[in-house]
Amino acid sequence: MKIVIVGNGMVGYKFCEKLVAKANSNEFEITVFGEENRPAYDRVHLSEYFAGKSAEDLTMAPPEWYASHNITLRLGDPITSIKRQTKTVHSHTGLAVTYDYLILATGSSAFVPPIPGTDKKGVFIYRTIEDLEMMTAHARKAKKGAVIGGGLLGLEAAKAMIDLGVTDTHVIEFAPRLMPRQVDDAGSYMLKAKLEELGLKIFTSKNTSAILGDESIAAMQFSDDTYIDVDMLVISAGIKPRDELAKQCGLTVGPRGGIVVNEHMQTNDANIFAIGECALYNNMIYGLVAPGYEMADVVVSNIIGGNKIFTGYDMSTKLKLIGVDVASFGDPFVSGNECHTIVFEDKIKGIYKRINISKDGKQLLGGVLVGDAEQYNMLLQTCKNKVVLPPNPEYIILGSRGGSESEGGAGILSLPDDALICSCESVTKADICNAVSEKNCETVDTIKKCTKAGTGCGGCVPMLKDLMLHTMKAQGKYVRNILCEHFNYSRQELYDLIKMRQIKSYDDALNGIGHGDGCEICKPAISSIMASLWNEMILKKGNDTAQDSNDRYLANIQKGGTYSVVPRIPGGEITPDKLIVIGQVAKKYNLYTKITGGQRIDMFGAHVNDLPEIWKELIDAGFESGHAYGKALRTVKSCVGSTWCRFGLHDSVSFAIQIEERYRGLRAPHKIKSAVSGCIRECAEAQSKDFGIIATEKGWNLYVCGNGGSKPQHALLLATDLDSETCIKYIDRFLMFYIKTADPLTRTATWLNKMEGGIDYLRNVVINDSLGIANELETEMQSLVDSYKCEWKEVVETPELRKRFNHFVNAPEEKDPTIQFDEMREQKKAKEWK
Amino acid sequence: MNTTITENITWFPACKTHDVPANGGVCVKYKDQQIALFHFTRRDEWYATQNMCPHRRQMALSRGMLGSQNGEPKIACPFHKKTFSLATGECLSGDECSIKTYPVKVEHNIVFIGITKDEGFEEALV
Repeated sequence: MKIVIVGNGMVGYKFCEKLVAKANSNEFEITVFGEENRPAYDRVHLSEYFAGKSAEDLTMAPPEWYASHNITLRLGDPITSIKRQTKTVHSHTGLAVTYDYLILATGSSAFVPPIPGTDKKGVFIYRTIEDLEMMTAHARKAKKGAVIGGGLLGLEAAKAMIDLGVTDTHVIEFAPRLMPRQVDDAGSYMLKAKLEELGLKIFTSKNTSAILGDESIAAMQFSDDTYIDVDMLVISAGIKPRDELAKQCGLTVGPRGGIVVNEHMQTNDANIFAIGECALYNNMIYGLVAPGYEMADVVVSNIIGGNKIFTGYDMSTKLKLIGVDVASFGDPFVSGNECHTIVFEDKIKGIYKRINISKDGKQLLGGVLVGDAEQYNMLLQTCKNKVVLPPNPEYIILGSRGGSESEGGAGILSLPDDALICSCESVTKADICNAVSEKNCETVDTIKKCTKAGTGCGGCVPMLKDLMLHTMKAQGKYVRNILCEHFNYSRQELYDLIKMRQIKSYDDALNGIGHGDGCEICKPAISSIMASLWNEMILKKGNDTAQDSNDRYLANIQKGGTYSVVPRIPGGEITPDKLIVIGQVAKKYNLYTKITGGQRIDMFGAHVNDLPEIWKELIDAGFESGHAYGKALRTVKSCVGSTWCRFGLHDSVSFAIQIEERYRGLRAPHKIKSAVSGCIRECAEAQSKDFGIIATEKGWNLYVCGNGGSKPQHALLLATDLDSETCIKYIDRFLMFYIKTADPLTRTATWLNKMEGGIDYLRNVVINDSLGIANELETEMQSLVDSYKCEWKEVVETPELRKRFNHFVNAPEEKDPTIQFDEMREQKKAKEWK
Repeated sequence: MNTTITENITWFPACKTHDVPANGGVCVKYKDQQIALFHFTRRDEWYATQNMCPHRRQMALSRGMLGSQNGEPKIACPFHKKTFSLATGECLSGDECSIKTYPVKVEHNIVFIGITKDEGFEEALV
């Protein structure tokens, strides 16, 4: 059977992928015609092209993929006509190919509004990699830019312009709000504020009347008689289905364009199908990729004898625009008598959430999320599957933080089996549960491989994991958060076992309580536990290869393969002499220098061979390791305190140094940061740290579990008005309790979020000694403090250890010749990823 | 498994066995090529692969962490933790990029890496 596909975009490619996956490809003779010169690429992530992704990175599949599946791929050769009588297509280069089934996946082109002057130089559309290349070339000399269109793509285009260095960029939207189809007025207002913070100038209800300039664009004129000077303009005002071929061969098209199709995606010619943005189903063009994929699936099913139908597609969407989460689902706008609306707004954090709930309070109808869209997947599922809401539906957008009620996965359990968990790959709840119960997939990775769920945008992975755990529990399996296939224990259990059995090397752990050969998950986790328990030299023979790469080289591997060097600067206090040493070392070894966010100095670009010598010079000058490479205490930031500050209540610098020196080198489940502020003005930002201390009239206030990493969280107040000794005692207990009970790579904030009873429970353990372990915790911490040694000093003084820093084993004096640098602002920088 | 050993192989001495850390790797220079050599002591196996991570084209695989997945020996790249089978070179993290593997043999405490003569020099791996 001969199948011809016109169009090699994302949907055209997906059709091929689905067809070869479901059918015996020998039965089919497949030919794909593409207009562009490159194979299908990920247009959705086009703007990442500027963030360093290459055209190759965006490619959906290389030409070899097509070849290996017996698909003839003809690029740069658009179809110019279709002869339906003879079932033949004719291409630009004169090729004639016959078909049994013809699939039109011609996509859409940008809609250019009829404004005089759109043909001037410097006016672009945002559609293909070629468009981006032309924009890039022009942006070099452009200073002031504008985008017409404040929808999804328009805002992406504005981001692209900023990335290109046109920092003075305007967004012009005709409608009264941004993303008018997805977001309501209040959400748009919040989105606008967030984007303005990032430097975009945004105008809504603004109608462009002309583009001025001789040959090149010079200014834009608006219908309210205002104008702005611009030298670059990107138009992103919507799409226009590519239906010319269909029209020319007599297929039915809609009054405003689009090839009319039925629920089988069939045109009025039964042998011709249309899918993606060129297809008009039920008077609707679907301008998103997911429905296009669904359409491709429907056609594949029909061709191989199935009977799938397309019944429309939910236009819910979630995206990250220039770092701002935006999502809308269900019907975001319903109002009036049939529903009531709950809105949560935090103008300081820039968060807006709205949910629309049926009048009886039982069903979620839709909503909008701006600034924080973490609950999107769950809300979308609740909405689509008409799950009955809990009595206090506001909790679903407010969430719980440190409270005693656990969020659990009850929401997921109540979803019906056909709930779509991964919309990118159309994987249902039942598919995932089956993979767990029948195919024994008991890790997220195996589920991904088995079902493809979570391999698209990845947004559903947390739900995947919850669903997997719940399915396992439901089957009566004792679900422990086991580390990996080599250890059938959770971190907590491993910690206890290693301590009880006095296990001191990774190999002994594997022999005694594990099986197999270990991996990159259990090795660092167990090494970290052993470091927390015994505090032995991390590169001790036999154990070094079980350390994470950064720990193994006592430095962070950076882009380009070089390492960074960060000496400890306790409390951020440093003498002029030491500053000079850092300058001299950096100069001698040609290192890039930067003050870190934690009041230290980072030196980048060191060859692995040079590390011991660099550290020797630093150690000779009195520095020691800053453990910037370890899951360990990093810095204790401080303000200047009462020593110099006219508001300072206590000496925050001395206290910060005391604390940093106490906990230096302390290995933990994740990196830890701290700060001490000398008064409530909080110049050290102690409330955003894993533990933070703020001076009061009567002593110190101790805050814990702030930071949170990618999801920032404020620290919570643990105790007030402490003297220094008690403060340190509480920190000892708090840190040790965290080290002993948190999962690998769990930050203190996340640890607390998962703790039943939250901060009240923690306070009970730390202050009231409710578990009767305070003494033990303090003793253990003291033994770690007492056994501290600078790891780098040991390396520098041990020739055997120094040898491990050679790049070539058989040419120890040679450095890696492939390492190259670029230059930026008078310093070197890593070469871009290829 | 490793490339079939034929008459056509040049065995070049890379280093002594004790130069390679237990359950770890080193980088070996062969002409202008970089080869990662691993001693999987736990399994009593030797492996050699390209040193370049195919994902970001950086010379770092020899500094990665050894492990196994369902019994298959693998190496995790230190940059982004993509893992590759040491036996076949196949990427085990669901991506299509794979790495080249070389045969290894040990004689009198010297580790030899086998280079197929007609492979010549691989620009991509330099």
